[in-house]
Amino acid sequence: MAQIRIENLRKDFGSFTAVQSSSFTIEDGEFFMLLGPSGCGKTTTLRMMAGLELPTSGHIYLDGDDVADRPARQRDIAFVFQMYALYPHMNVRRNISYPLISQGMSRGDVRRKVDEVAGILGIEDILSKPVGGLSGGDRQRVALGRAIVRDPKAFFMDEPLGALDAEFRERMAEELRALHDRMGATTVYVTHDQLEAMQMGDKIVVMNHGVVEQFGVPQDIYDWPATMFVANFIGSPPMNLLEFHGMAGRGTDHVMLGDAKIAVPTLLDGAQGDLALGVRPEHVHLDDDGSYRGRVTATEYLGTTQIVTLSTAHGDVKARIASDKKVEIGEVVGLRFNPSTVSVFDRSTSRAILSDGNKGVLAHG
Amino acid sequence: MSYSITDPSPRTKWFAGTLVILYALITLMPLLWIITTGFKSQSEAIAYPPSVLFEPTLEGYVNLFTTQTRVSEADLAANPPETFAEEIAASKGMIIVGPSRFGERFLNSVIIGFGSTFLSVVLGTLAAYAFSRYRVPLKDDLMFFILSTRMMPPIAVAIPIFLMFRTLGLSDTHLGMILLYTAVNLSLSVWLLKGFIDEIPREYEEAALIDGYTRFQAFYKVVLPQAATGIASTAIFCLIFSWNEYAFAVLLTSGNAQTAPPFIPTIIGVGGQDWPAVAAGATIFLVPVMVFTILLRKHLLRGITFGAVRK
Ligand SMILES: Nc1ncnc2c1ncn2[C@@H]1O[C@H](COP(=O)(O)OP(=O)(O)OP(=O)(O)O)[C@@H](O)[C@H]1O
Ligand SMILES: [Mg+2]
Repeated sequence: MAQIRIENLRKDFGSFTAVQSSSFTIEDGEFFMLLGPSGCGKTTTLRMMAGLELPTSGHIYLDGDDVADRPARQRDIAFVFQMYALYPHMNVRRNISYPLISQGMSRGDVRRKVDEVAGILGIEDILSKPVGGLSGGDRQRVALGRAIVRDPKAFFMDEPLGALDAEFRERMAEELRALHDRMGATTVYVTHDQLEAMQMGDKIVVMNHGVVEQFGVPQDIYDWPATMFVANFIGSPPMNLLEFHGMAGRGTDHVMLGDAKIAVPTLLDGAQGDLALGVRPEHVHLDDDGSYRGRVTATEYLGTTQIVTLSTAHGDVKARIASDKKVEIGEVVGLRFNPSTVSVFDRSTSRAILSDGNKGVLAHG
Repeated sequence: MSYSITDPSPRTKWFAGTLVILYALITLMPLLWIITTGFKSQSEAIAYPPSVLFEPTLEGYVNLFTTQTRVSEADLAANPPETFAEEIAASKGMIIVGPSRFGERFLNSVIIGFGSTFLSVVLGTLAAYAFSRYRVPLKDDLMFFILSTRMMPPIAVAIPIFLMFRTLGLSDTHLGMILLYTAVNLSLSVWLLKGFIDEIPREYEEAALIDGYTRFQAFYKVVLPQAATGIASTAIFCLIFSWNEYAFAVLLTSGNAQTAPPFIPTIIGVGGQDWPAVAAGATIFLVPVMVFTILLRKHLLRGITFGAVRK
């Protein structure tokens, strides 16, 4: 089991920079999520950590040792590939035993160990089958078996559920998380699905265009996004971003959205010019006394809640409200934002302005 | 009733079947001719019109493998034939004085053919793997250069090679012929194998690297089994070339390393060309490539698409 520390990790492919300068720490036993849209450098980061790609610069500490230049086989980590990469010319048992054979383990021990792992994963009955005909779920389990069989320092998984259909994904996600909780092994998990990341992760690092946007526990990232990208990428629907031009002075506790005065957590930093107000849909309330107004353009029924889309002077706003509340399309209503949950962004840097609300999160993020 | 592409109508099937049989007859005719001629007597071999039904004899095969000499009636009586081959010789008033050179030439063909095939495939696989997986400077130019060595017929460079071999003492040696055929085959082998190896996902090797194996172990334990199809079909193509090669063999070999192709047509019998012996030689010469191809047939059928349908 291991702590993994990444410092200023960078990867260039020719003139293209896939990973710019990543730094984050994965604590021992954590289920760690590498989250970001397609092409942002998640796989590249993971491959550098695994030793399959040589970093252009930077450090990777595995339990304090800098392993950035060491070959994969000396790092003692396991990797679950997106398409599993099971050895096609070997049967299930041989696939799972392959990492043990390289260690020179005796045949009896290999056998015992593989049987034990097969028991954990519930695949005892397919051990002698070739991997070619297996279902997606079974392939997934065999790939996991190959990973856990030699008790590595850490597990790396690159979108391990990407090839499964939606229904099965959920079940495998639960199995994975349960397996992790049982073994307590440090796990780094790559996904582009923010929901999956929020559900499964102890910690998340959000990447975009090769840059680490934010790093922290899911709740902090959800509540206090450090950048407009994170605000927009996480949550469905994502955070509302109301763009305005104006002033957000240090020490103030409100901003002016047109004529409406919107209360915000006391700002510990100031900015002016192109700004944006960020508020999650569940913190937008329909309130006839609200000074900020919007016209209902759509409603979407979701069972216990509904998403109401309103058109305002600063762009569309989505509100998540109880589904028993009646709203008519075309109706003009007042809006109130939960003051302690609002973020203010400086659009010139795309970053959140430090405030009483997010200071705890941004300080270490 | 309706018929699909995969399930043609009986009439279409008949038509297609007839065409295939006709085509097979046309292409197999010379083969049949050679095989039957090998079992004819000398007079029957040159009979006109050619006889279809005849009494088979092993005369051709005996002549192919032995050296004989004509002796007087008295000598013949003094050395009564003991073996079946001697009897055949005796019936023409000859006795067998020793083996012919055919066995030797055939062995040369095996050594040179399989030797160069082995070398071409080994070097080709290593080169193709490097070209497929590593960042090689000027990769595309190098690949084109390798291909360009086949843009003229190899025999066009016969004279420089002849002079080179003479200087290096490679003329009429097995090593020289193996090197030459390897050089000619290598471009085909690198190109074919690169196509196959490109098709093998890198993740398999990477999984092996993670599982604690070295790059070389990953190569021969994971990549090689995956490339078996490609290696088999490449080997067949290489063998067919070096096995059948005639021009260089005539030019560069004689007493020591001569292969079967230049030797077979020179078999001279008593009173002219011994056609049954030539045909017998050609028949035996066909066997190794046929056996090799049949052994690797399973791979070849999949491999002949050059990886195109490999998933
Ligand atoms: N070997 C390579 N050579 C050149 N560019 C590469 C190479 N590998 C990755 N890239 C580029 O680096 C960028 C990041 O790739 P990466 O695979 O890390 O993205 P990702 O976040 O894993 O995306 P996805 O969700 O699509 O898997 C992409 O633009 C990709 O095209
Ligand atoms: Mg990826």
